[in-house]
Amino acid sequence: MTLADLEIGGEATVQSVSGPRRVTCRLMEMGLLKGVRVKVVRVAPLGDPIEIRLRGYALSLRREDARGVELEA
Amino acid sequence: MTDAVLLAGNPNVGKTTLFNRWSGAKARVGNYPGVTVDRRSAQVELAGARELVDLPGTYSLTARSPEEEIAVTAVLEDPSAIIVVVDATTLRRGLYLALQVLETDRPTVVALNMMDEAKRDGIEVDVDALSRALGVPVVPVVASNGEGLKELKESVASVIGDPRDPLTLDYGDATSAISALQGDDNSVARATWLLLSVGDDELELEASVRARVTAVQRDGLDEEIIGARYALVDALVDDHVTERTNAGPSRSDRIDSFLVHPVTGTLAFVFTMYLVFEALFSWSDPLIGLVEALVGWAQGVAGEALGEGMLSDLIVDGVIAGVGNVIVFVPQIALLFLFIGFLEDSGYLARVAFLIDRVMKKVGLHGRAFVPLLSGFACAIPAVMATRTIENRRDRLVTMLALPLMSCSARLPVYVLVIAVIFAHEPRVFGFMSAGAAALLGMYLLSVVGTLVAAAVLRRVALPGPAPALVLELPPYRWPVPRNLLASTWTRVRSFLVDAGTIILALTIVLWALLYFPRGHEATDAILSERAAITAQQSEGEADVEALAAIDDRVAASRLQHSYAGELGRAIEPVIKPLGFDWRVGIGILASFAAREVFVSTMGIVFGISEADEESQPLRASLSEATWPDGRKLFTPASGIALMVFFVFAAQCMSTIAVIKRESGSWKWPLVMFAYMTLLAYVASFIAYRLGTWFA
Repeated sequence: MTLADLEIGGEATVQSVSGPRRVTCRLMEMGLLKGVRVKVVRVAPLGDPIEIRLRGYALSLRREDARGVELEA
Repeated sequence: MTDAVLLAGNPNVGKTTLFNRWSGAKARVGNYPGVTVDRRSAQVELAGARELVDLPGTYSLTARSPEEEIAVTAVLEDPSAIIVVVDATTLRRGLYLALQVLETDRPTVVALNMMDEAKRDGIEVDVDALSRALGVPVVPVVASNGEGLKELKESVASVIGDPRDPLTLDYGDATSAISALQGDDNSVARATWLLLSVGDDELELEASVRARVTAVQRDGLDEEIIGARYALVDALVDDHVTERTNAGPSRSDRIDSFLVHPVTGTLAFVFTMYLVFEALFSWSDPLIGLVEALVGWAQGVAGEALGEGMLSDLIVDGVIAGVGNVIVFVPQIALLFLFIGFLEDSGYLARVAFLIDRVMKKVGLHGRAFVPLLSGFACAIPAVMATRTIENRRDRLVTMLALPLMSCSARLPVYVLVIAVIFAHEPRVFGFMSAGAAALLGMYLLSVVGTLVAAAVLRRVALPGPAPALVLELPPYRWPVPRNLLASTWTRVRSFLVDAGTIILALTIVLWALLYFPRGHEATDAILSERAAITAQQSEGEADVEALAAIDDRVAASRLQHSYAGELGRAIEPVIKPLGFDWRVGIGILASFAAREVFVSTMGIVFGISEADEESQPLRASLSEATWPDGRKLFTPASGIALMVFFVFAAQCMSTIAVIKRESGSWKWPLVMFAYMTLLAYVASFIAYRLGTWFA
C-alpha cells in the first residue's frame, strides 16, 4: 500500500520512498523517511494534491508523488 | 572571512521578521548576481561584522538550481557568523537545517523563534541542554515583538572570531563517499551538498568535480545521508523537548477544516480572489485617477512656464508623461503586494496553491502561478512582479511570459470603442445578449484560452524540463506583521520605480520623438497658414474659437500623419492590410505601444478629434464612416473583430517589456515574449478577418 491509497484520517509508517530523485530527495529532506509516522489529513477539493501530517507539521504533495511512498502493512 | 552575519532558516519561521526587527530602516534590497532573487541586507556593527544578510528561506543546503545555491554558497563562503532561525513549533525540520550549518566550523547561533506559540501548543524545550548538545548558543526569541533580540545580538558578538569544532555525524555506510569528496577544506557540508545535489541539476560545476561526485554516488546514498541527520534530530528532540501527546487538532487545523473544505473552502477561495481582483480593478482606480490628475496638473504648470516650443513639448509630453507612465502603476503594484504579503505571511497563499494546483498542473504550471495569472486581468505589470512568489525559475518564466495574454484593463477601452463602431445597430444574439456583449465575452474567453495554451506550449518548447514536484509545506496560520507587509511592499515599489521605471521613461521619450518629429511638412504648413489668416482676422475683433479649434485638430492630425510614426504606419500598411487595417489603424497600433488605451486617443488625433475617449460620439461616428480609398468601409464587423483579436494577443505594452526585463534579468525573455505574441496576434487576427469576411 502506498501513501496515495491511505484514506483521510488514516495513519501509517513509511516503509520506503521511491520515484524521480528530485522528488524523493526533497520528500526525504522534508522528513518523509523510512520509519516516520504519517497521517493523511485531507485531500484538496479537486481530488489532488493531498495534505499529510508528519513530524509535527503539515505537508502537501501530489498523488503521483505519494504513490512512490510505500507504507508498512 | 567575509564580514557578514547570515540569517538562515526554513521558509515561514519568522526569519525576515527578525531581520526587519534588527535592521530597522537600514535594510537594503539588491539582487544576487545572475539570478533574480532579492538580496536583503543591512549595515550593522557587531564585533567586527558589518553586514546582516537575510538568506532566502531554505529547508536544507541541498541545491539543484542557482536560486537554491545562494544559501549554500553563502554558508560555505566563510561568513563572520551564521544565525540559524528555527521555529520551535516545527523544531525537527529546523534542526535538520541547523545540523548542516553546524557541520561547518563557522561561528553559529541558533535562534529559537515562536517560543510563545510552542508554549501554547504544549511544547517545552530544554534550551540549555539543547545548547550543550549542539555545542553552540541557543537563544529563545519572539521575532514579532523583538523579545530576545538583545540576547541574540550578545550571543552572536560572543561567538564571532571564535571558531568551533564542526559537528560530526555518524553517516554509517555513506562515510566513505563523503570523505572521498572532502577537499582541502575538509568540509562535510560541501561534500554532502554535492552528493545530494549533483544529477539532473542546473549547477555550474567544473567537469572534474562533477565526475568525482558521480563516481561515488550510488543508490540509497541520499537516504543514508538524510536518514543519519534525521536520526540525530530525533534523538535531540527526544532528549530535550517535551511534546504534549494527543493535543487534539491545532488552531491551524481548525481553520483549515473551514478554509480548505470542499464547500466553504471553495467559497473562501473565490471570495479572496475576488477581493484581490477588486483591489486591482476598483480600489486602485481613485489612486490612479489622482496620479493622472497630478501628472496633468504638472504638465499644465510646466507647459505654462516653458511656453511653446520643442523643449516645452519634450518636457511636457515626453518627460512628465513618461514619469506619469511609471508612477501610474504604483497603486496597483502596492495594493497587489500588500495583498500577496498578507496571504503569504498568514499562510493562506500556500493553501491557494494547494487548492488550485490540480488545474494549474494541467498546463504545466505550479499552484503558485494562480494569483499572478488572475492579476493579469487587471494589469500585467504588478502580475509579472507577483511571479516572484514562484520559487522555480522555469515555472516563474513560463508564468511571466504567458500572463501578458490575460486581457488587462487597458484593452477594455479599445474593445469598447471598436464594439460601439461595428455593432452600433446590431440586434441581440441568443435572445438576451447584444452582439457587442457577446464579442466582449468572446475576447475575454479567447485571452484565457490563449494564456493557458501559451503556458503549456512555452513549458514544452521554450523552457522544457521536468515540472518540479509540489512538495509544499502548509505553514501554521499566523497574523502577518504589518511592518513586514509595508517593508516588502515598499521594496517591490521601489525596485519597480528604479529598474523598470527608467526603461519605461526612456521608451516614452523615444515614442514621443517618433510621434513628434519631423516637424516641418508642406501639408501642415498649409494648415498653419490658414490658421494664421484666421488669427489675423481675429485681431480685428472677429473671434472664432470653434474654427480655430477645428484647425488645431487638423494641425495635430497632419503632424501625426507626417511624423516618423505616421510614416511607419503608412509603411506597414501592406503588412496589416490582410488583417483589414489601413495605415491609420497602423499608427494607432504603433502609438499604443505606450499603453494599449492610447490607441483610442491616437485614433482621435488621426481623425482630427481632440481629447477623444472610448465614449466619444464624434470619434465613433468618424470611425464608422471611415473608408478605404475605393470607398469600402474601414470598420466592418470582420475588421473590427480582427482588430480586437489583435489587441488580445499582441504585446502592445512597453511597460510589460520593461518589467519582464527587470524580473527575468535579461533582454532575451522580453524579446521572446514580444516575438511570439506579435506572431500569434498577426495569425489570429488574419484568421479572424478571413472568417469574418467569409461569413459576411
